[in-house]
Amino acid sequence: MGRNETVLNATPSLAARTGNFFHRYANPGRFLRLGARLQPWLTWPAIVLSIAGIVWGLFLSPADWQQGDSVRIMYVHVPAAWLASSGYMGLAVCSLLSLVWRHPLADLAAVEIGPVGASVTAICLATGSLWGKPMWGTWWVWDARLTSVLVLFFLYLGHIALIRAFDEPQRGYRAAAILGLAGAVDLPIIKFSVQWWNTLHQPDSITLTAAPTMSTNMLWPLLVCTVGFTFGFAAILVARLRAAVMESRVRTALAMRRGRAEAQDSEPDLSGAVA
Amino acid sequence: MTHLPYIVAAYGMTIGLAVILGTSAALRLRRARARLAAIERPSRADSRAGGASAP
Repeated sequence: MGRNETVLNATPSLAARTGNFFHRYANPGRFLRLGARLQPWLTWPAIVLSIAGIVWGLFLSPADWQQGDSVRIMYVHVPAAWLASSGYMGLAVCSLLSLVWRHPLADLAAVEIGPVGASVTAICLATGSLWGKPMWGTWWVWDARLTSVLVLFFLYLGHIALIRAFDEPQRGYRAAAILGLAGAVDLPIIKFSVQWWNTLHQPDSITLTAAPTMSTNMLWPLLVCTVGFTFGFAAILVARLRAAVMESRVRTALAMRRGRAEAQDSEPDLSGAVA
Repeated sequence: MTHLPYIVAAYGMTIGLAVILGTSAALRLRRARARLAAIERPSRADSRAGGASAP
């Protein structure tokens, strides 16, 4: 009994602590201050690292012995693929925060991640196609990796449409959060598609458990590009989210002003009725 | 056969989209900040005036 009580007492306090941690940043004023401080630390590394990575990849890294210069498409394709998946992971986390803790910033973040995530997924598909044509001889094949990334693109588009589909924003947030969470099933399918099925797409060259299967002359510019693009993705998201919070404040202020004006307009009528 | 057109198209597309996304986010932020400042200025002035007239 005593043991059960300890467990029961421990569980709400953990949930409360987790909730408090998330709600600490639900305050829009606090987020705006944090975002303003973070913005230059995300934007400048994004610009510097992306330019450095692109120049390194385009002009300084070696051509592949088999693919020739086409391998240089990798320096934009792989970061786009990484961001497409991690952006959706961010969307799924926001969906969870929205459904479980009703975190108001999570809803706004989900609205802003959608278009940016869909754009990088489109870039991943387009650059993959541009790489596939000279290497495989075709723009597109219905291979497991390509198809699962196309599904991810449609999930982003569905989320963008659903979150804006309702007159009452809260209903849109709930419906889109459910789609965001359910769609996360596609992420492991994308990751393991090249292992589970026999695909035309090559297996992963970089894994956490094994040494990379590419030359370090190619690996370093790829890493620099990936880090630079990730900073860029984060910088764009933070800027969009800050703008969304400010726009929401503007809407609230305008609504309050309209309410006050209506109340003032109705006051003389009331006094006239009393007189 | 040269693969240069494919490489140029891939990089052009990526850089173009990054510039569009970054510029639109920066412009939207600037617009939102200006609108918020314009709305908050008169309301602050109102509250200051109200505070001054209060006994």
